[in-house]
Amino acid sequence: MKILVCISHVPDTTSKINFTEGDTKFDTNGVQFVINPNDEFGLTRAMWFKEKQGAQVTVINVGGPETEPTLRKALAIGADGAIRVNTPATDGFSVAKQLAHVAKDGGYDLVIAGRESIDYNGGMVPGMIAGLTNANFVNNCINLEIEGNAATAIREIDGGKETLSTSLPLVIGGQKGLVEESDLRIPNMRGIMMARQKPLTVLDPVDSANETASVKFEKPAAKGAVKLVAPDNLDELVSLLHNEAKVI
Amino acid sequence: MSVLVYTESDQGKFKKVAFEVASYAKAVADQLGTTVTAITINATNISELGNYGVDKVLNVSNPQLDVFNAKGYAEAIQQAAEKEAAKVIIVSSSANSKYLAPLLAVGLNAGYASNVIEAPSSTEPFTVKRTAFTNKAFEMTAINTDTKIVGVSNNSFGLVEKSGSASAEDFSPSISDLAVKVESVDKASNQVSIADAEIVVSGGRGLKGPENWGMIEELASVLGAATACSKPVSDLGWRPHSEHVGQTGKPVASNLYIAIGISGAIQHLAGINASKVKVVINTDPEAPFFKAADYGVVGDAFTVVPQLIEKLKAFKAQQ
Ligand SMILES: Cc1cc2nc3c(=O)[nH]c(=O)nc-3n(C[C@H](O)[C@H](O)[C@H](O)COP(=O)(O)OP(=O)(O)OC[C@H]3O[C@@H](n4cnc5c(N)ncnc54)[C@H](O)[C@@H]3O)c2cc1C
Repeated sequence: MKILVCISHVPDTTSKINFTEGDTKFDTNGVQFVINPNDEFGLTRAMWFKEKQGAQVTVINVGGPETEPTLRKALAIGADGAIRVNTPATDGFSVAKQLAHVAKDGGYDLVIAGRESIDYNGGMVPGMIAGLTNANFVNNCINLEIEGNAATAIREIDGGKETLSTSLPLVIGGQKGLVEESDLRIPNMRGIMMARQKPLTVLDPVDSANETASVKFEKPAAKGAVKLVAPDNLDELVSLLHNEAKVI
Repeated sequence: MSVLVYTESDQGKFKKVAFEVASYAKAVADQLGTTVTAITINATNISELGNYGVDKVLNVSNPQLDVFNAKGYAEAIQQAAEKEAAKVIIVSSSANSKYLAPLLAVGLNAGYASNVIEAPSSTEPFTVKRTAFTNKAFEMTAINTDTKIVGVSNNSFGLVEKSGSASAEDFSPSISDLAVKVESVDKASNQVSIADAEIVVSGGRGLKGPENWGMIEELASVLGAATACSKPVSDLGWRPHSEHVGQTGKPVASNLYIAIGISGAIQHLAGINASKVKVVINTDPEAPFFKAADYGVVGDAFTVVPQLIEKLKAFKAQQ
């Protein structure tokens, strides 16, 4: 089985979010970049398929050279090879077109992406890859088993979950649950050394127009101060929630 | 050229988000000087949509679509869009709509903006405001394609009632063989989901252990609320993963979010910040949550929560 794991290169969750160039660009100054958390759950599940079922795992990112340390980290965790499609990731649809092209060309059986990346939160890349490559698709995937050509997946739905059966080729939008938090791996010295020898192929992008364009960013308005209510005066809290906030 | 809106139903009944996306579609149609067409799949009480600005309903009844299937539903919506020559399609942010929208976008070669919180600020170029960086910022996005899909954030636009009525028309899209099959669904029918809840009661590590969740559930039940938790609580196995909210869990955009024994780490706040009113109950007055909350009680959850339950019961009894 050939697995392609899509890796989004995103600001660490503790990053302060600021913008430059008249609020049109994300300010990367002082920002630490990491593997998108949803993708890391997917990558870790891919490692399981590699170790238990002999799968071959390639990681891929669409982006400039600055994303390579993130791909090297994925190699250090255990992926066999990496691909970087050399074009800035500016819009979900065009990123999906780049990924779909590689997925099809490379004959991948399973594409694992995260349900969304924590920077732009588009939530569209996995579904679009599936649509563009005519593969089956499971979003919000919290469990995945593969036997031969058959796949069983669990999808989180609003208020519960459902079990789905389908077949390869398959694309999933993954999240926590694919593996547990405690299953995530921190690259060790040996992994880091080996990652240096593994192939990181840089591909030219295929032609694709941007469907959407980011025009400007804004930060939320500063919040007013909290109203404190004494713990022995909860009637006041009930009254505030009813009369002032009008939420009960 | 009308605006097309997919109005979701669950076992035939419209979900609240259906009326919210219909209200949104009406606002867009007014801007464009056109009408609203809704597509419903196996829904009853179709006339309700007239109250939210829908002019015409394309009503699909097809047993093949009795259980949700993203591909099948996307095909139905795509054919409705083509029939109506719709250039703007509105969907919600439910798990199902977020599942089908990218497939629809590929089918229609349409640009798609998700998590949109306001009516377009301009229709030429078509520009919408959406949340990005998990609620730490807003992004103005222009959709440049001829056909556009807008995913509206839950509980952001609200319901706008109109006096009107919708005409209904049966619509029979052709659905291909569906290769993703639902084997079983596990859903508590008597509980509000975090996505649909107007009130969410959430517990953190300050509650010490799973045995102490009785009062959280009781508080939720008095308020008709969904229960949620912080990430470590689900990682420790005190509560199911499905309750984990925050940047790496579920987003919350409720009217009221009550955080009990939660410190208010940046990753937690990012995911719940879209909630309109936030209450924190925490022993530590320095907990960062107090900076993000509207109302706060500095106190021990084990004494405050049981008292709050009694006060709320008395309040509800009076109403
Ligand atoms: C990559 C990454 C992603 C993350 N994503 C998320 C996420 O999506 N969601 C999330 O929640 N976290 C997330 N986290 C974790 C986050 O950083 C915090 O560790 C977590 O939110 C803390 O959970 P907590 O508030 O329940 O626990 P703590 O931080 O331990 O806080 C417990 C609080 O309870 C209070 N308390 C103690 N006893 C009582 C009492 N008797 N009564 C009242 N209050 C009491 C304490 O004062 C304290 O403020 C993420 C972290 C990382 C690194």
